[in-house]
Amino acid sequence: MLLSRKFVSDYIDLDENLTITDIAESMTNVGNEYDDASNLIKCTNLVTGEVLECVDHPDSDHLHCCKVNVGSEVLDIVCGAPNVRKGLKVIVALPGAKLPGGEIKSGMIRGQASNGMLCSIAELGLDNKFLKPEDKEGIHELPTDTEVGIDAIKALGYDDEVIDFELTSNRGDLLSILGMAYELGAIYDKKVKDIDLKYNSNNDDVNKVFTVDVKTDDCTLFLAKKALNVTIKESPDFIKERLIASGIRPINNVVDISNYVMLETGQPLHYYDADRLGDTLIVRNANEDEHLTTLDGIERVLSTDDIVISDKEKSVGLAGVMGGLSTEVEDDTKNIIIESAIFDSIKIRKTSKKILRSEASNRFEKGLDPKRTYMAMERSCALLEKYADAEIVGGIVEYNNSDVKDANIDITIDKIESVLGIEISKEEVISIFKKLAFEVKDNGDSLNVTVPSRRRDIKIQEDLIEEVGRIYGIDSIEGRLPLLETIRGSYDKTKRQIKHKLAEMGLNETMSYTLIPNSEVHKFTKDEFTDVTLNDPMSEDRNTLRYSLLYSLNEIYKYNKARNNPNISIFEMGKGFFKNNEGIYTEELKLGVLMSGEYELDIQRESVDFYHIKGIMEELLYFLGYEGRYSLLINDYIPDELHPGISAAINVNGTNVGVIGKLHPNVSKDNVYVMEINLTKLLSLRTGSMKYKDISKFPGVYKDVAFIVDNKTTSLEIETAIKKSGGKLLTNIQIFDLYPNVEEGKKSMAYKLYFQDPSRTLSDEEVMEVFNKIISDVESKLNAKVRNS
Amino acid sequence: MKEKGLEIKNQLLEDIKSVNTLQDIVELKSKYIGKTGVVTGLMKNMKDYAPEERKEIGQIVNVIKTEVNDIISTKEKEINEAILNEKLNKEKIDITLPSKKIKRGSLHPMTRITEEFEDLFVSMGYTVFEGPELESDENCFQKLNLPKGHPARDAQDTFYLKDEVENFLLRSQTSTAQVRAMEANVDKGPIRIVCPGKVYRRDEDATHSHQFMQIEGLVIDKNISMADLKGTLEVMMKKVLGEKTQVRFRPSYFPFTEPSVEVDVTCFKCGGKGCALCKQTGWIEVLGAGMVHPDVLTMSGYDPKVYQGFAFGTGLDRMAMFKYNIPDIRTIYGNDIRFIEQFDRKDED
Repeated sequence: MLLSRKFVSDYIDLDENLTITDIAESMTNVGNEYDDASNLIKCTNLVTGEVLECVDHPDSDHLHCCKVNVGSEVLDIVCGAPNVRKGLKVIVALPGAKLPGGEIKSGMIRGQASNGMLCSIAELGLDNKFLKPEDKEGIHELPTDTEVGIDAIKALGYDDEVIDFELTSNRGDLLSILGMAYELGAIYDKKVKDIDLKYNSNNDDVNKVFTVDVKTDDCTLFLAKKALNVTIKESPDFIKERLIASGIRPINNVVDISNYVMLETGQPLHYYDADRLGDTLIVRNANEDEHLTTLDGIERVLSTDDIVISDKEKSVGLAGVMGGLSTEVEDDTKNIIIESAIFDSIKIRKTSKKILRSEASNRFEKGLDPKRTYMAMERSCALLEKYADAEIVGGIVEYNNSDVKDANIDITIDKIESVLGIEISKEEVISIFKKLAFEVKDNGDSLNVTVPSRRRDIKIQEDLIEEVGRIYGIDSIEGRLPLLETIRGSYDKTKRQIKHKLAEMGLNETMSYTLIPNSEVHKFTKDEFTDVTLNDPMSEDRNTLRYSLLYSLNEIYKYNKARNNPNISIFEMGKGFFKNNEGIYTEELKLGVLMSGEYELDIQRESVDFYHIKGIMEELLYFLGYEGRYSLLINDYIPDELHPGISAAINVNGTNVGVIGKLHPNVSKDNVYVMEINLTKLLSLRTGSMKYKDISKFPGVYKDVAFIVDNKTTSLEIETAIKKSGGKLLTNIQIFDLYPNVEEGKKSMAYKLYFQDPSRTLSDEEVMEVFNKIISDVESKLNAKVRNS
Repeated sequence: MKEKGLEIKNQLLEDIKSVNTLQDIVELKSKYIGKTGVVTGLMKNMKDYAPEERKEIGQIVNVIKTEVNDIISTKEKEINEAILNEKLNKEKIDITLPSKKIKRGSLHPMTRITEEFEDLFVSMGYTVFEGPELESDENCFQKLNLPKGHPARDAQDTFYLKDEVENFLLRSQTSTAQVRAMEANVDKGPIRIVCPGKVYRRDEDATHSHQFMQIEGLVIDKNISMADLKGTLEVMMKKVLGEKTQVRFRPSYFPFTEPSVEVDVTCFKCGGKGCALCKQTGWIEVLGAGMVHPDVLTMSGYDPKVYQGFAFGTGLDRMAMFKYNIPDIRTIYGNDIRFIEQFDRKDED
């Protein structure tokens, strides 16, 4: 909303010493933010002048050398405009003048002195939409009676200042000059002046010649009047100036008046050419696929959600958004029907979102005050009579089903104090309501406040408290900490500890987008699920909520590798989404890890392999209390995106909770290792607890053994066999050497075994007995041979 | 006997000059104090003396023996030291070679800023409450006083789900946690929560990401006021942006709070003097807050005549951007390793 200072000053006296920024800041302090507050024309040093002499430039085929009287002196100015001539009254930019195009300096133009510039309107920086062709083609021609040597911006009537407000959506009342005047009145404690609504009516009754039939609940108030014999011409300067300052292009007096009244009152109006309209207006919902050509010449296809104004045959206007082309007011229009109405704000919002956002629809959307609907009609008639020579037909066509009334609210000082946390006297509260032009009755214990219907945002006590806070100065409230019972705060510690643990292990945490392409959502998992997609994605790349984090992690890997950073050890914790079998949207917390390139940072810079990421997994599961409760399984849970020979399912307490492995060469040609754990599943499973175990005082014995086994025999198989034969006395097994291909199809695996009894020292014989049993059992079970070193 | 002793000692001092190795020491010991050594010989000869002389002779022999021992062990010690020094010299390493680096991990700046807020509020008795990212329109809007068609919905261009258009969405604000927390509280008693989390809006440029993070705070009790809200936000902003930070309230509008305020803090870059970041105003808008609207309380089963409360919500991304001087929000979600790995130390307290 652009607020013109001149316009609002028609209704409130603002102290001349207040700068436009002062006003804008004071509005911000009561909750109305602004983007910009400045002069309408941002130029300096412009004066009016008269061209005393104008001769062709000796060295140019289009330039002219002029002598221009600017009051205090006569200046030599070279001008290239085709319309410059002797006797013309012009806008002169003096040397030092700042224009949007730059600063004007004295100088020589092709050998001739030039001390200033004669200006066109375009050069003053007025928005392009306000410019007529002549404003761009040549210098501006001021009226012949213009005084010489005065401020040219003032002479043009553009000596206005404008604030561009960004209003909150509850303050529809501020989309009007009157609303702004009331708000400023509350701030500066000034009274709002009356609006002139006086006009003469003829003795006829419009109801005899014109009827309105409202056939929808989406219209609560509809008023129509008729104006005869209008003269279509240019608007008076004050109307044009105020429209331009408000960002609306002047067209002709009649159209301008409808916009002018909308700006003043906040009530959009529509004028129909009465002679191109029948004698009845019908307000109804549009038919499905109904066609209507709007004022801008575009054919719109409507639906039943839209509201139209129609005659008996066809629609003639899209209610609240834009009029129809067929009944447009044109230069030859004689008689007009004035419409002032209220349409359902939600319906208008829907239609305007679909078709066009206009000054009118913006106001309908925020909700209107029925009193203003009547006021706008009256004001419209008054201005049409005065500035378009209209004869106003008596009577009014009226449909009123509106239940909007002044709000009446009781409130106590205690309540105000308790919500705002301040001390405030009753007198001060009453004075605030009076500044806002609300009616207050003092009932002793409470105040009864009548809020005019223009403030439709105020309905309950709390709304009034906000008004008190705004005008009192909400920032004057002194902060304090709430006096509350001391209680224990809490947060999800496990989640946080997992992240910290992984960071301690040298992994970098990432945070990527939840939304991924639909083509990727079923990858990196064997789970069957219904994916969750968006109705209105910003792009096809982000149309689905991810299920697995591994797609995102691989994208991060690729992104970094492309930037010469192939050493990536990252993790991310985030949600995976799906719709479960009962159709319920479900989200699960997941942990993804990706490792590639260097992880150990010694001089050898060994590259990551499966056993690194397995180490991360084991460390994490151990940390979380799952030691001895998990295993890696080769089963059908392993997704196709993993290398079939270098991957496993992570199984805890019999449940598959995740996967680990190398990316399949089809997915990545690089050596990339990934792991994903469903934390929602994992953390629901039982864990072991951390309890102190007595440290044995009795020394143990180490024994080393190396087995030669088939290449396909796994370490787990050997360890399991050793453990089984070792019994209680075997307390630790550690693989310490591995030789592949010691013989054809065979490998050697060496283990360090530790035997200990917590209650006594073991004898050599006892240890040897167990040790030998282990060897013979492993040899027989796994077709192994002890390797003799 | 004394002469004999002196002779032995002089001989020893002469011999010791050529002693250089531990092997020489062994030989020297054998010559003087070994089983057949000259000093040992003196002892053996004691029986040749008269009993009355033995005491005096014995003392003299003992002195000789001690002196010989001392001389030998001093030399032995010298040799040992020389050997050790030589060994230490040989072991000298190039301490300027690079260390065996422990790989540094890092926590994402959004995790860090979230934890900072969580820790502060937990210390004041708040519970960290987490709600789902996939929400119903009812929880995200309707129960926050934003019925369908409400113009304030325009401020949040929301992602709705296919098949469930208008009913289910990706939450566009953590304010939905207000509803979740109130509904979850079956006793309808006091509440003190913060809810950090991801939110989503159809918006993307240098200062907006379609995915970002917010933290919502909600306190409901019997005597909660705007003053309590201001005090709480002052504590919060000072903790995150520094002790000198000032907090300013401006009236505003949110459908779920009444009164509503927008909250500015003194520009952390210029300290309030005015700079390009704060557009010369000295202030930066950081959050929206207010007193929970009575209709919102009612819709979630609270009696607004008994309870009142405050709520606030702020963008965590902006806080992280302020705190770590990150100019573009897209950097935060770009996951460039050169960005992420910078967050590898403890934060300043």
